[in-house]
Amino acid sequence: MEAHVRIIYRDREWELQGRRRVRDVVKEIGLIPHAVLAVRDGRLLAEDVMLEDKDEVKLIAVISGG
Amino acid sequence: MKCRKCGRPAVFNMRQHKLALCEVHYPEWFVAQTQRAIEKYHMFGPDDRVLVAVSGGKDSLALWDVLLQLGYQADGLYIDLGIDGYSVASREKVEQFAAQRPGARLTVVDLRAEYGETLPQVAQRVHRGRDKPCSVCGLIKRHVMNRVTRDGGYDVLATGHNLDDEVAVLFGNVLHWQTGYIARQAPVLPANRAGLARKVKPFCHFYERETAAYALITSIDYIYDECPHAVGATSLRHKGILNQMEEEAPGTKLQFYLGFLRAREEGFFRERAEEVELRPCSNCGQPTSAPGLCAFCRLWERAADR
Repeated sequence: MEAHVRIIYRDREWELQGRRRVRDVVKEIGLIPHAVLAVRDGRLLAEDVMLEDKDEVKLIAVISGG
Repeated sequence: MKCRKCGRPAVFNMRQHKLALCEVHYPEWFVAQTQRAIEKYHMFGPDDRVLVAVSGGKDSLALWDVLLQLGYQADGLYIDLGIDGYSVASREKVEQFAAQRPGARLTVVDLRAEYGETLPQVAQRVHRGRDKPCSVCGLIKRHVMNRVTRDGGYDVLATGHNLDDEVAVLFGNVLHWQTGYIARQAPVLPANRAGLARKVKPFCHFYERETAAYALITSIDYIYDECPHAVGATSLRHKGILNQMEEEAPGTKLQFYLGFLRAREEGFFRERAEEVELRPCSNCGQPTSAPGLCAFCRLWERAADR
């Protein structure tokens, strides 16, 4: 069965097909893995975690200040 | 990835340290590293009264949280600048944080209530803030932080600056060879006789993603949004470029900063004495390099004229 993953970053959303790791998902949508944290169900995910079908992952930008 | 301490699944990996940790051991490591930095740079001791400048963001709230955990006498200072939407939301986060921690004392300085105008109003009125209020904002915050530190009898002012903040500033100053600024950048800025309070940055060895991870894991509720005026700021652009380099070569930012501190220690960057001669402002008594009124009092003097 194809895995189906939803990614949320700021006010944008992506629906991705196929199993992949957090790190690869972040790169795929054009972000720098070092500059974001991934959270699933309110818990932090290490970059090598393999995402499962129906996962919803929120990406949080770590940069702040001016 | 497994936690190096206990072997359970890791939630956070630091490539520059080759260290992955779990939900339990990461916060422990983070608190211990903060204590190490405080000792390494002789920032303050258990008898000192510390004022923590809090903005509602992840860094400053995490810093206050860690200092309280470590048992320091740490009070918070929040400056309400009256920035539309942003100040209300960030102030709420800070007040909630303080309310959840018995014994956490918070001082709020409301710019409009104390000086009659919000930051956007002052910035619009004075030449200095014509394009962007950020320079006026920095000036106001430095003044208020120094005043509250002195008037409150605090030994030291602590800010949540992280390694990314320090490296972005250093990078910008190197690009323009601002040698005076470079010489003055350090984890500890000592107090001086003219009345500048001692300033310390206990998070100066942490990457921004590390303070964010700590805040997330320990459920500190902070404001994610950027200050609306910071959008497009040069330092944010520099952070993006530095993160690109870090991504390709983990440890780049850390080496850049630690190498700078070493070179500084070896006397590579020397401050010229005549650059920093300060005298008390004729109105507020805070140190200034200008004759007569300091830059902060000049902001309001023009308001009084009208």
